[in-house]
Amino acid sequence: MKGRIKAVFGNMVVAQTKDRVVKNAVGYCVRSDGIKLLCETIRVRGDSVDLQIFEETRGLRVGDTVEFHEEMLSAVLGPGLLGQIYDGLQNPLPRLAEKAGFFLEPGNYMHALDTERTWDWTPKVKAGDVVQAADTLGSVPESIFEHNIMVPFGWEGQYQVQSVAESGSYAVVNEIATLTDASGNAHAVTMEQTWPVKRPLCVAKRRLLPTKPLVTSVRIVDSMFPIVQGGTYCIPGPFGAGKTVLQQITSRHAHVDIVIITACGERAGEVVDTIREFPKLQDPRTGRTLMERTIIICNTSAMPVAARDASVYTGMTLAEYYRQIGLNVLLLADSTSRWAQAMREISGRLEEIPGEEAFPAYLESRIANFYERAGVIELRDKRLASATIGGTVSPAGGNFDEPVTQATLKVVGAFHGLSRSRSDARRYPAIDPLESWSKYVGIIDPKKVARMNKILRRGDEIRQMMTVVGEEGTPTEDFTIMLKAEFFDSAYLQQNAFDDVDAATSVDRQRFVFAKILEIAETDFAFKHKDEARHTLQKIGSMFLNLNYARWDESVVPEADRQDEPTDKTAVEDDKAAERGNFKEILGQIDEYIQSLLDNAKKSQAEDEVEQVTV
Amino acid sequence: MRTFYDEITKIAGNVVTVKAQGIAYDDLAVITTGHSTSLAQVIRMEDDQVSLQIFGGTEGVSTGDKIRFLGHSFKVPFGDALLGRVFDGSGRPRDGRPEVKAKGVEIGSPAVNPVKRSVPSKMIHTRIPMIDIFNTLVGSQKLPIFSVAGEPYNDVLARVGMQADAEVIILGGMGLRHDDYLTFRNRFDEAGVQGRTIMFVHTAADPVVECLLIPDLALAVGEQYALQGKNVLVLLSDMTSFSDALKEIAITMEQVPSNRGYPGDLYTQLARRYEKAVDFDGAGSMTLLACVTMPGDDVTHPVPDNTGYITEGQLYLRNGRIEPFGSLSRLKQLVNDKTRDDHQAIMNACIQLYAQCEESREKREMGFELAEWDMRLLKYGDLFEEKIMDLNLNIPLFDALDKCWEILAECFEPEETRIRDAIIQKHWRHKSHQPKPEAQVETVKS
Ligand SMILES: Nc1ncnc2c1ncn2[C@@H]1O[C@H](COP(=O)(O)OP(=O)(O)O)[C@@H](O)[C@H]1O
Ligand SMILES: [Mg+2]
Repeated sequence: MKGRIKAVFGNMVVAQTKDRVVKNAVGYCVRSDGIKLLCETIRVRGDSVDLQIFEETRGLRVGDTVEFHEEMLSAVLGPGLLGQIYDGLQNPLPRLAEKAGFFLEPGNYMHALDTERTWDWTPKVKAGDVVQAADTLGSVPESIFEHNIMVPFGWEGQYQVQSVAESGSYAVVNEIATLTDASGNAHAVTMEQTWPVKRPLCVAKRRLLPTKPLVTSVRIVDSMFPIVQGGTYCIPGPFGAGKTVLQQITSRHAHVDIVIITACGERAGEVVDTIREFPKLQDPRTGRTLMERTIIICNTSAMPVAARDASVYTGMTLAEYYRQIGLNVLLLADSTSRWAQAMREISGRLEEIPGEEAFPAYLESRIANFYERAGVIELRDKRLASATIGGTVSPAGGNFDEPVTQATLKVVGAFHGLSRSRSDARRYPAIDPLESWSKYVGIIDPKKVARMNKILRRGDEIRQMMTVVGEEGTPTEDFTIMLKAEFFDSAYLQQNAFDDVDAATSVDRQRFVFAKILEIAETDFAFKHKDEARHTLQKIGSMFLNLNYARWDESVVPEADRQDEPTDKTAVEDDKAAERGNFKEILGQIDEYIQSLLDNAKKSQAEDEVEQVTV
Repeated sequence: MRTFYDEITKIAGNVVTVKAQGIAYDDLAVITTGHSTSLAQVIRMEDDQVSLQIFGGTEGVSTGDKIRFLGHSFKVPFGDALLGRVFDGSGRPRDGRPEVKAKGVEIGSPAVNPVKRSVPSKMIHTRIPMIDIFNTLVGSQKLPIFSVAGEPYNDVLARVGMQADAEVIILGGMGLRHDDYLTFRNRFDEAGVQGRTIMFVHTAADPVVECLLIPDLALAVGEQYALQGKNVLVLLSDMTSFSDALKEIAITMEQVPSNRGYPGDLYTQLARRYEKAVDFDGAGSMTLLACVTMPGDDVTHPVPDNTGYITEGQLYLRNGRIEPFGSLSRLKQLVNDKTRDDHQAIMNACIQLYAQCEESREKREMGFELAEWDMRLLKYGDLFEEKIMDLNLNIPLFDALDKCWEILAECFEPEETRIRDAIIQKHWRHKSHQPKPEAQVETVKS
């Protein structure tokens, strides 16, 4: 199927053809120097076909050949995806660099999986077994996981296993089984298969309601605005508020099997950070490097726009694939606004009627469809698996009242809104505790969270009132509530992403410290005047800060109540070890100090009473 | 193949459409009118109608004018002969000296493969405390200076440029006032860096479209030097003029504007340029500092807004100072943990306290009673502004950190700063400046 280029405008090409074309199928524009540029058919009008080109169109001419293919833009699935760094079209970037050097020259494509590497195959079925799409035929070890090799997801109906390869070493392209369909035709199966990225991949008995907390180790998230395995959440925020840092620490510390990072239209430098660091960092829960549980899809802002649109779908398809294997996967997309802008650019070139802020009318449904691909599923063999989506949103002017943020808020289960005023004051993570919300239940008893929330809200009201009536017009009791809210904020909600200890707080530790702070916040210290209140809470606050930098000592929690998986402490290297205090010691100081405050309060109360009696 | 075409079918804005065949997208052409010649670039092709963006503007273009296609996209000559020279937005000398004869390199090269980038790791010392302590500049960073029209942004740009130890400095001027251009030249001359400087300058008097190529020219040359292993600093001013030129073309091309008339691909256009800042794994680096004037002092204006999302932080210039809030170097943590152990702690504490001081100032303005704590915050704010925020300071980083400790000790008790004990114990100054006990012992011994 061939055609000729009729018009070129930006990354849009109009081709003319008499042949059959398939909408959303891929094709190639052939430059006069022979270089082929990948493209996708996005509209057909008579014999005119509109194509979006996944590359720069420099050098194309009217009259150049276009080749049309049948298949849609697809991801290659199989063992060897973990630890890979791909562009939005799943080209492996390290191997591209070996071949082409510093720059991503147009028209350079490579197979996503290493076809020479061999895997230790163990069959799980035998000749004669009856199987269907997504059933496991056998497995190979990949990183710490058992990577199931499944019947291709698109195959309909039932198949009989005709033959299956013996245990041994095979490459992804080797045939590992032959299946016969109902009409007796034989089909070969290899370890790799493909799936069109824009079509949800979900072969399951049923979808379940997501309820199991997904622990990120970020206190304000886990304790206040939790997310769950199979759920969805978004992080909108103005530039520099900390969206990317928040996703980066989540990608390091989240309690999931696999993390897929989709860097979509943002800085390349941020990905470089991850690429260089992850192979060196250890995942404390598995003892392997973080890279072995991570896949990076990287279509940064300088890379072609159409491929940016593809990148979020590629990432999602890989997430769904590992979910089919039976794992819990977290997809982080930074930033979904760049994806929306890519849609806008393409729509503009198609001269579609624009909606609000020139975004296309289908923006909302595209966003909704994307987040719907998350979920917990029960596989045919009853195992549960999940794919969670967390997307950042970069609203123009930092104003959440814009189409992408609004469309996203409609469909997600949790909203972590970053505020400019918090990030300006270096209150990181700058998630606004009064604006954000979550529909999920996390690791802390919701009743306790509500009590803490009440103090936060009351504190904010008092602060606002104070701007009108001044400190002198505020009763000491109210003033104290405001200070307590501030104390909770600085000692708990704020967290230093760049300190090895403070960056990640375990479940047990969060529960323990949260309870401690709630207790203090609800204690009546009967302060006589505001300076005393301020001084005291500042002092308690600074003790808790020291506590945050101390390494956790699980012995403060009774063994029966512990939930954290034990970690190997000897393995951690810490250049700040000498500066860190001892958790139990600091805790002792805090308790002692609080006790002395209470004793004093009691004493002075008694004195007051004595005075009253004598008078 | 024929290269001359003269069937011009449309002239609108800065775009001319001509009937032509066999032309490649993005190719360059020369249009010759009765009184001048100008470069032009293919921006749209439909059947035999080829639309060209005319860099010299379309004033005086007639339907009978001739257009010659060069058969390649824009190339800029590259070589050491460029050093010390000044060019315009079409790459022609504007210093009255002859054309540079050197091999041309294509502008607008493809994106760098992310795996061939290194993690930036070299601090660039500017001796301005507001940058060095609070918004540390790092080699290969792209950092804009957001500024209101009247601020001395070009001064700051020139100063940072001269003090940073770059091997090659490239200035890209867009919509510059002629005075500013001369000032840049004079300052580089005085600092003795002219010999390693290359300027691409478009002044406000030149045709608008000529400004579009300035960043590409500057960055293409910078990239070549970086590939040769050099550390390059590119200074761009003013990127708002560049964006306005983009807007003009987009509107001429009847593109649907997305926000205040700017095209929907403004982000992509800006990012493609800013992302050229790079630290090549196995070659040199390119650092990019750009001025962005904010129309109406509004950061949410599309140009500063999109820029902020692309760059690795931003410096706000207001009232002759770099604002402590909002200003940010996103790369600072890559270097500021290796300078001195108190750097990060000071950075956080000083800003948080300054934020509290602002609250106390508000209270004072409202006429509220001020607590003793407020008074101390007010005192701190004044000292901080005078001794740290002043842009004319020219002191090394460690001296600046020491100054911060002095100010803190003068105003606060250690625990009020919320700095960790370990750091306090090592660095806290005691008010009376009595020498530390160990120091005394040493004096006794000697
Ligand atoms: N949790 C955090 N702890 C400390 N600093 C942070 C934190 N989050 C953000 N920052 C600071 O803010 C800067 C910008 O954060 P980033 O995530 O890149 O912003 P965004 O992606 O929202 O534009 C970072 O470079 C860092 O200096
Ligand atoms: Mg970001």
